[in-house]
Amino acid sequence: MKKIILCAVVLLLFSLPGCTRTIQSEKPVENGPVYEEVLSNGLKVFIIHDRNAPLAVFQIWYDAGSVHEQIGKTGLSHLLEHMMFKGTPAHGPKTFSKIIKRAGGIDNAGTSKDFVYYFQKLSPDRLHLSIELEADRMRNLIMDPQETMSERDVVMEERRMRYDDDPQNLVYEEVVAAAFKSHPYQWPVIGWMSDLQQITRDDLWKYYRSRYVPNNAFIIVAGNVDVLSTLEKIREEFGSIPRGPEVRKLSAGEPEQLGERRVTVRKEAELPYVFSAYKAPNMLDEDSYALDVLSVVLSGGKSARIYKSLIDEQRIALSAGAGYSSTYRYPFLFYLYGTPLPGNPVEAVERALYKEIENIIEHPPAEREMAKAKNQIEAEFIMDQDSIYYQAMILGQFEMLGDWTLKDRYLDGIRRVTASDVQRAAAQYLVEDKRTVGILIPVKKDAEK
Amino acid sequence: MKKMTVWNTAFFSFIMYLAFILCPLSSHALEVKRKVLDNGLVLLVVERHNLPVVKVSLGISAGSLNEPAEKAGLASLTASLLTEGTAKRTALQISEEIEFVGGDISASGGDDYVTAGLSVLKKDIALGFDLLSDIILHPVFPADEITKKIERTKAGIKSREENPQYVASREFNKAVFESHPYGRLVSGTDETLDTITRDDIVRYHSEYYKPNNSILSIVGDVTYEEAEALLSTYFSDWKRGEIRTQALSPIRPEKKKKTITVDRELTQATILLGHAGVSRDDPDYYALSVMNYILGGGGFASRLMQNIREEKGLVYDIHSYFSAEKYGGSFRIGLQTKNESANTAIAEILHEVQNIMSEPVTDTELADAQSFLTGSFPMRIETSSSIAAFLVAVEYYGLGMDYEDNYPSFINGITKEDITRVARKHLNPEDYVLVVVANQKETSLSEEFVK
Repeated sequence: MKKIILCAVVLLLFSLPGCTRTIQSEKPVENGPVYEEVLSNGLKVFIIHDRNAPLAVFQIWYDAGSVHEQIGKTGLSHLLEHMMFKGTPAHGPKTFSKIIKRAGGIDNAGTSKDFVYYFQKLSPDRLHLSIELEADRMRNLIMDPQETMSERDVVMEERRMRYDDDPQNLVYEEVVAAAFKSHPYQWPVIGWMSDLQQITRDDLWKYYRSRYVPNNAFIIVAGNVDVLSTLEKIREEFGSIPRGPEVRKLSAGEPEQLGERRVTVRKEAELPYVFSAYKAPNMLDEDSYALDVLSVVLSGGKSARIYKSLIDEQRIALSAGAGYSSTYRYPFLFYLYGTPLPGNPVEAVERALYKEIENIIEHPPAEREMAKAKNQIEAEFIMDQDSIYYQAMILGQFEMLGDWTLKDRYLDGIRRVTASDVQRAAAQYLVEDKRTVGILIPVKKDAEK
Repeated sequence: MKKMTVWNTAFFSFIMYLAFILCPLSSHALEVKRKVLDNGLVLLVVERHNLPVVKVSLGISAGSLNEPAEKAGLASLTASLLTEGTAKRTALQISEEIEFVGGDISASGGDDYVTAGLSVLKKDIALGFDLLSDIILHPVFPADEITKKIERTKAGIKSREENPQYVASREFNKAVFESHPYGRLVSGTDETLDTITRDDIVRYHSEYYKPNNSILSIVGDVTYEEAEALLSTYFSDWKRGEIRTQALSPIRPEKKKKTITVDRELTQATILLGHAGVSRDDPDYYALSVMNYILGGGGFASRLMQNIREEKGLVYDIHSYFSAEKYGGSFRIGLQTKNESANTAIAEILHEVQNIMSEPVTDTELADAQSFLTGSFPMRIETSSSIAAFLVAVEYYGLGMDYEDNYPSFINGITKEDITRVARKHLNPEDYVLVVVANQKETSLSEEFVK
């Protein structure tokens, strides 16, 4: 997915070949503007030094996304993320965000299928607050039973808002659940409602104790910060936290899909919707670059194929496009979607989307289309460096994939892609037998009576 | 990216973003060069050489404030058709040229002003300005593009009916602002869109798209001299003209409780409660900013979040917000809760409103609000595109280029007494507008909120 895979041209300019990792050295390893160190308890630290940034960002990432949950306990990782704001003996309940805000900062956290991350954005001279508070809650969470039950209710409200009352998101949830029958990617990060009702404080506590350990986490600091004193402060606060037992590695796979799967959602809605997803490799596969370029050839703006054809010329769709989730840790999806203009059947939109894929398989994209798509990816890559938060996110996602330095090679990968690579990737991955299709069928309340 | 797969603990709503765009900075000073050009255009330039990128924002006082009620949607339609064909380029040529260099050009409506935006790499700045001047000065509004745009606008209106927050907001604005343009949908409706002709659009463009009605901000890898040279090359034909101003109806003169219910098959009730507020130039604006932070604007630091989410577990998101525009504004509290909890949640928010009107806030609450509001600004103008949008707003609302220097004293000068005073003056827990989009049977709204 183009939007997520961005990295600094600034980094490329200063990048040094090779990067050895050292253990507990007093001098961090320097790789362009990125400094890297591993503490003796296994906690990795990255510092992105950006002289132009007025602010600092602190992020801590845990390998504790929803892929590590068990059937019947889905939503556990995300609920635990909420509980991390509920206080420790040193910093009482409900104070974390208040402390950060009082310092003129903001804070938040996010959970994905692959990871959980927590962040603060604040003035560089307040960075010590982040370091102290995050070290404290890695180890000392209270997790009061009553607070836990109340927060479960909050997450159920979140689920109602994001999924149960959003018909297009329900279709997405159903498609992902149908596309994966073995891999834990099948369940939604927010969890199934029936599972949320089952999760106990003990479930959360075991998960917290096993996965929130220094050897299952890394820290990213970005901004105009003093590298050595920041590292010293991190060693001081996190260094005494003991290494945890090695965490279980995920070993689930997904059997080959042998035919198209179709799901329908009947729900009160105004317009139908189609979401069609194909199994696709991730960034660790060379084919991902071709699929990235393909998604932009299809869907990179109003001059791209899908908008031009379905929305502008045929006038059958209100919205339509393609997307590719390449930064997932395990192979995930390349997808097409569309909402018909009123009066047009959703089947026509679905057929027209497939027609665009067939066109690519029959004739490789023109040279100008290839150049345009690559220019778009490269320009977006550069523009997104304006945010240090985003720079940190990119480093984190690539580190989760296995090696953050992959991001320095990303644009080279894009530049290597040829028109026939795009054609071949479309023919290999975007095939009927490997897709799962979700259709939203609007049901009107009045019509039911 | 179509689907969000990362779940945020605190919901960053677009409304919060708008609220902060008008808040200023304290420590990281912007060096803004401002000049009123001979044709009346206000030019604002900030040099930032961290990346080879230029971001441009052009604000034109041609928003829906100026359109007749029966032609609602005209202003937005005119703006969104700028990129759909000029004297020398078709719609497709425009998108093809800008997308080929990985840039972006866009234009969209608003109520106070419309905005055109340009985003390009430094090396493509000449192409970018050529396109920007072309769409602003020489749009031709082709008949078939108008037809297609109206068709899509209507479909968009229909599809947004699926979004309970959109429906609630539409009903709320209608009830609070009534016949004032702020009470209408910027997009217009099926009925009003049908009355709009190509002549209307051409006339609207020729009447309002004037340099002396516009603000242009250029931020990024460009010097002031380069900016001026680009203006003289690409915008020298833009001629000053007289602007006709519209008389606006007053905002809801009589205050009366009004409850609007919309029945839908939903698991949650989407609730908006509020009333008319203040315009951006109201002297109470800064005291209200601090008061609102404590009441419901400050996320986890706010009373509404502490009470209704943290203690009662009734909501995922709850916030309060003053929308302060040029000619008026509104105050609203918004939340979603399962249908069965709607009555409890409404009673609790009314309780919090009454509370902040009757009891002084604590010293800690005041100090925390002040330190956040004054300390957090740099992150609102972290990027060139956010700076470009900020500058247009500062100029449009007449806040002054020294706004960033003055803001801390505006906020730090607020006392506990000011907060009680403005809460009593501008909040009203009796005569409010209440909108509830929900499964009405399950919600079973209490009599006291309906009468």
